[in-house]
Amino acid sequence: MRTYILRRLLYAIPTLIGISMIVFAVSRLAPGDPIELYTFGNPDITQEDLARLRAAYGLDKPIPLQYVDWVTRVVRLDFGLSIIYPSQPAAKLIIDRIPNTLQLAVAALILQLAIGIPLGIIAALNRGRIIDQITRFFSTIGQAVPDFWMGLVLIIVFSVQLRLLPSQGMLTIGKDQWDLADRLKHLIMPAAVLAFGGIAIYARLLRTEMLEIIRQDYIRTAEAKGLSHRAVVAGHALRNAFIPMVTALGGILAFVIGGALVIEQVFTWPGVGQLTFQSAVAKDYPVVMAGVMISSTLLVISYLLRDIAYAVVDPRIKVE
Amino acid sequence: MATTADITPMAVAPTGRRGTAGLWSDAWYRIRRDRLTMAAIGVLLLIVLLSAAAPLLSDHFFKWAFERQELLGAYAKPTLERPEHLLGADEIGRSQVVRLLYGGQVSLLVGFLAAFFSVTLGVAVGLSAGYFRGRVDDLITWFITTLVSIPGLYLLLIVSALFRPSPFTLIVVISLLSWPGAALYVRGQTFSLREREFVVAARTLGASTPRILLKHILPNIMPLIIVLAAIDVGGIILLESALSYLGLGITPPTPSWGNMLTNASAYFVRAWWLVVSPGAMIFLTVLCLYLVGDGLRDALDPRLKGAS
Repeated sequence: MRTYILRRLLYAIPTLIGISMIVFAVSRLAPGDPIELYTFGNPDITQEDLARLRAAYGLDKPIPLQYVDWVTRVVRLDFGLSIIYPSQPAAKLIIDRIPNTLQLAVAALILQLAIGIPLGIIAALNRGRIIDQITRFFSTIGQAVPDFWMGLVLIIVFSVQLRLLPSQGMLTIGKDQWDLADRLKHLIMPAAVLAFGGIAIYARLLRTEMLEIIRQDYIRTAEAKGLSHRAVVAGHALRNAFIPMVTALGGILAFVIGGALVIEQVFTWPGVGQLTFQSAVAKDYPVVMAGVMISSTLLVISYLLRDIAYAVVDPRIKVE
Repeated sequence: MATTADITPMAVAPTGRRGTAGLWSDAWYRIRRDRLTMAAIGVLLLIVLLSAAAPLLSDHFFKWAFERQELLGAYAKPTLERPEHLLGADEIGRSQVVRLLYGGQVSLLVGFLAAFFSVTLGVAVGLSAGYFRGRVDDLITWFITTLVSIPGLYLLLIVSALFRPSPFTLIVVISLLSWPGAALYVRGQTFSLREREFVVAARTLGASTPRILLKHILPNIMPLIIVLAAIDVGGIILLESALSYLGLGITPPTPSWGNMLTNASAYFVRAWWLVVSPGAMIFLTVLCLYLVGDGLRDALDPRLKGAS
């Protein structure tokens, strides 16, 4: 197990290098270099000053050397200062937002599992019956609805018309920070929207997997031994059906972390995605780069945890 | 558990009765009997036709150009009395229904073209990775792992923030970023196909690598590539709408289903129906594409019927 985890950790390194190369390349394609951005609108700057500043920041070096400089700073989480919020390190701005995004993502993940798993089991056990049809229908719908639009519609229904739930932010300003009910009220809509597509994926996947497994010989053996139907489903079928679900978790995590960007914007949720988006609009490149780099790293870590979980539930994996 | 009943009778019947029918006519035969898929194809064709006819409809039926404003008619309610206000009017009195039709042109164009390019790219990369294996495969796999480790929207975000997007650059950017799914799939298929007898036989007979890839391996994965493409079009329309909603995709005054929702928060109280129609169009189009994809998969490979 330990060697497996170590090997997976090593595999993550080239991926992180690849991500940093893409982010660096894109940042260098940006029109105008950072010096011009920082000094923009300053009438006292001369061409010589610009050249001196470029030399001071190493921007006159060849691109590969610049990349090495950049990466050595990035591993120390130094993305430079934000342009819009002067004297604030870009990385700090992003890192401060991570708990907010995680809160939303974890809530969505819990909702997905809590609804998707029972739904998939019920559908599989009632194959072809009306409940199965309904589940399939909703899971197709779940994947076709634009999530941001669903958020807008929910706001219209629950915030504007019924006045039940707040439409933006994480908490009511002025209220006690630790008012849990208030926080939950703010959380419920964005989390539900973020979870919606994933519920469908889980339900469909579990259904397919269950139906596949129920045909296996060992299920027939278990039934032949005289085990109750319930014991066969819970003890044999379900346990094995969960294995591919762990793999799907990776795709869903990407979906949740990437999707959070739009949902955070719809519900003005102060997360990593919202800040990265606003910085991109304001051309605050250091913050954008920090946002992309840090959220990608979060995703790589999630993939890593998924693979470890996979090895835990399916011991065959470690041997490969 | 009734296990034998799970084998779908449909799968056996048509091929048995009709002897030597080819894959495509066989699939077409099955699709025609699949009412849900046929309905989805019908709705999809209707949406495509209406969008394509947008200039004609706006000139002769609605008599209202898509950029024409009428401030007095701002936030007009949907009404049957004035055809141009069929779905209401937006905050500067433009006709919602006409803009919706034009928006369809852009969203569908981006969806279909970007899906075509991304699937083509994915197939090319997947075939090479799967067939050549070794170093080529390692490199491609590394690149794909890297790309899928950047949450999709973030990458689109930085690229769109740098290049002011037109429909054309948007198609290029989306195609360049959304091929890994198809590539991984084709790679896996190629891996297993390259060891099959008919490929080994072709190689023994001295067939060139391009010939093996294009004449022997590609035709075998073609059916599922088409399914993949149908689903990809839907996924890309969703992606484009999200980007346009954020203001990073199609930029006004060109309407797209996504950017018609950019000002949605201004409609919440005064005109909720303006939020409903563009989203409903996206939803309907994507739903039909997914249903067609599902139906195509069932028709082309009946063994998979009911799977996922």
